[in-house]
Amino acid sequence: MSLNPDPDTADRLLGAQAAAEVKGRSLWKDARQRFMRNRAAVAGLVALVLICIFAFFGGFLAQYEPDYVDFSLIGANAAQGVPSFETGHYFGTDSSGRDLYARTVQGTRISLLVGIVGAGVAVIVGTLYGAIAGYTGGRTDGAMMRTVDILMSVPYMFVLILMLVIFGRSILMLFIGIGLISWLDMSRIARGQTLTIKGKEFVEAAHATGVRPMTIILRHIVPNLLGLVIVYATLLVPQMIITESFISFLGLGIQEPNTSLGALISNGASNMQYGVIWQLAFPLFFFVVTLFAFFFVGDGLRDALDPKDR
Amino acid sequence: MLNYVLRRVAIAIPTILLLVVISFVLMYSAPGGPFNSERPLPAQVMANIEARYGLDQPYWKQMFDYVWNVVVHFDFGPSFQYRDRTVNDVIAQGFPVTLTYGFWSFVVALVVGVSLGVAAAVRHNSWLDYLAVGISIGAQVLPNFVMAPILVLVFTLWLGWLPGGGWQGGQVEYIILPVIALSTSYMASIARITRSSMLEVLNAGFIRTARAKGLPTSRIIWKHALKPTMLPVLSYLGPAFVGMITGSVIIDVFFSTGGIGQFFVNSAFNRDYSVIMGITILVGVLTVTFNLVVDLLYAWIDPKIRY
Amino acid sequence: MALLDIEDLRVTFTTGDGEVNAVNGVSFSVEEGETLAIVGESGSGKSQTAFAAMGLLARNGRATGQIRYDGRNLLDLKPRELNRVRSEEIGMIFQDPMTSLNPYMRISEQMAEVLTLHKGLSKKQAIDEAVQMLDAVKIPDARNRIGMFPHEFSGGMRQRIMIAMALLCRPRLLIADEPTTALDVTVQAQIMELMAEIRQEFGTAIILITHDLGIVADTCERTLVMYGGQIMEKGPTEELFERPTHPYTLGLLRAVPRIDRDDETLSTIAGEPPDMTRLPKGCPFTPRCAWAHGPCPTVRPDLAAANGYPALRRACHAPVEEVK
Repeated sequence: MSLNPDPDTADRLLGAQAAAEVKGRSLWKDARQRFMRNRAAVAGLVALVLICIFAFFGGFLAQYEPDYVDFSLIGANAAQGVPSFETGHYFGTDSSGRDLYARTVQGTRISLLVGIVGAGVAVIVGTLYGAIAGYTGGRTDGAMMRTVDILMSVPYMFVLILMLVIFGRSILMLFIGIGLISWLDMSRIARGQTLTIKGKEFVEAAHATGVRPMTIILRHIVPNLLGLVIVYATLLVPQMIITESFISFLGLGIQEPNTSLGALISNGASNMQYGVIWQLAFPLFFFVVTLFAFFFVGDGLRDALDPKDR
Repeated sequence: MLNYVLRRVAIAIPTILLLVVISFVLMYSAPGGPFNSERPLPAQVMANIEARYGLDQPYWKQMFDYVWNVVVHFDFGPSFQYRDRTVNDVIAQGFPVTLTYGFWSFVVALVVGVSLGVAAAVRHNSWLDYLAVGISIGAQVLPNFVMAPILVLVFTLWLGWLPGGGWQGGQVEYIILPVIALSTSYMASIARITRSSMLEVLNAGFIRTARAKGLPTSRIIWKHALKPTMLPVLSYLGPAFVGMITGSVIIDVFFSTGGIGQFFVNSAFNRDYSVIMGITILVGVLTVTFNLVVDLLYAWIDPKIRY
Repeated sequence: MALLDIEDLRVTFTTGDGEVNAVNGVSFSVEEGETLAIVGESGSGKSQTAFAAMGLLARNGRATGQIRYDGRNLLDLKPRELNRVRSEEIGMIFQDPMTSLNPYMRISEQMAEVLTLHKGLSKKQAIDEAVQMLDAVKIPDARNRIGMFPHEFSGGMRQRIMIAMALLCRPRLLIADEPTTALDVTVQAQIMELMAEIRQEFGTAIILITHDLGIVADTCERTLVMYGGQIMEKGPTEELFERPTHPYTLGLLRAVPRIDRDDETLSTIAGEPPDMTRLPKGCPFTPRCAWAHGPCPTVRPDLAAANGYPALRRACHAPVEEVK
């Protein structure tokens, strides 16, 4: 029994989702209507779509490659690197004379990816761990949740940095590290919910007819956790983006020539006294809007999927 | 009650041990790491390490010695970078700085957050309530590494009111910006939790009883409603503590306070493993201790937990 | 002059679904030392009437009319003055003793604060008084148990504590809002017995709000039947129960299971309780009433005496002879 999110599990999860949608269409339709009535959530969704378009297709509008260095601008940034349509540097240039627009597109894309992949890892590991603990119960449950208790009081950012230092700084390490330290909350929530589902008749029926525990967990428990998982995942993405930006702000995360919003904010912050405020303003704007969008969509989903939990 | 305390302590101790062991294993398995000495170290440093860890000893003996030294003597060994310094020296130099503004940040987040939350709940749907909700939503997207540059931009570069970095032995004007940058997002979260918790408590039957008893509103709020309101806030304080201690790294680096976070990041760039490990363990011990205190406070407030 | 005199009381709540008129022009009075029952289904406005008198309405509620206690209109009082009336003049106990005591404070603290605040007693005197009062409501070993927390007592014991707490300042009126609903049947009887004793011992007037007609028959001198936020019928309990003149009272009484009668089936009142956001202009009981006719949906009947029933007052258009 492996906790690693293998492709097989992911497939089954997707299958379960499709099944849930077919069976409970009215439920999902209902939720969609409630979501659409929530103005903040819809605005968040629109902003999110726009940001994704910006992050994945904005590069086509850029006049420069993100790693192209305009040597003539180095040292003369404040005067000649200002945002302007004429020079093609829509957002100006950064301190090394690179096009900030292209850099921001790239940074937004990487931040989004880290956030989504990190949240995905955390949610899959957390849900399975919590569902297994909750379904198995007894001493296994006790031991598994005590482990979570212990891991929760570990200052994970320090351990993550320690890991980055020891195993080298790479995007893959960031993905794994950030995802692996964030599944703890999810496992607690999933376990609590599993305990309630466990008592329901359809689970008992499956158990009585001799379905294997792991199959019950994947077929019956996990699909019923889906609403919860979606909400939590949406709220986890911005946390992941914050975590990544935190590390990149310190210069320990994403390495050149790649960049992320945190790294761009860090650059902007260290140059703001030289009159190049745009270097801080543009990345900050995208950072703040992305986070807001995710938080609003997440809150909207929570209210839509679980109206009694207000 | 004693039973409860003992059980909490029983969880805390293995947590700390585990942290120490994990750090050691990570460090030991590091490619090009400290103990297999692929990386050329200054002769004096190498001599320090040899003497301290006994690199000729077997693996388990080294680990045992390290754990023993940390747990019994609070001795984290010599630095890998500075020949004349131990990890304890580094901590002794940086920790008081971080502790000073960290303490004030925590106090500000808690006091301002709870006051704002209580005020918003008591004046539900007033401008004060909307302000509190607005602040707590806004602050979600303003973590410390965003707050810090914005604060410096406004108060140092534009207004010129406060210094944008340095420490100067902890003079007040050097503490203000770090404290605001570190505490804002936690203050906002505490305000939000306090508000929703207080709103729920104010609807409880026993609050109606208190009103029927003719108690003044102030007494109802502070004497009857505050304790149960604080339970969810208390549960949040553990994660908030971890968040703030983590955030202090940003503050130390951004404001060049000379705090422990600055040493931590420097060591991360210079692969000064023993300093990284020492600081990580220190932070872990602080966290575990803090969580223990929170648990005890929880038991003190909620009589149903005392058994 | 009556102890409490309520005149044309109206209570309105502003909600997302519009205005809810919980109480619509209720008038009655309570004499010194008297026991009055207010009977009705949930949602009939009986509890809100009491909450309005104590200034305990929810935030979105508003009360108009007159609630005169000792000549003063309680609705006009400033918060500080109202706080003096609460506890000192009128005590109140609630439905659910599990939630109406503060679970995070010791009983001693919750009781003593009433006396230190209202009577200016020292903490020690206050606790002595509180212990005496707990003895009076028959909490065994009160001296030692007063330092405990609410969860260490049973439901019945908690309600006794609530009663003791409400009586600490010797109020002249005690309002009991469904005091036994959340309790076991045997405990219910004990609590009602206790209330009867208290009335004798302290001479406290009691307003008993309940939907349990059995309790009312035994303990209350006068009864007031409410429906849809209005008074349907009122009068001496005995007469009201034996010869009800209002269709709703009749329906209520028929719905009570009785051992001394040999009914095959227990009758119920057909239909649903009214939607308080859109009450009919006339009598709120019209849609469920077997005697409803011409003026009922549009003209609100006055509370008036009926021929042959001098002590009763009824609000009904149907001739009294026909309602049987």
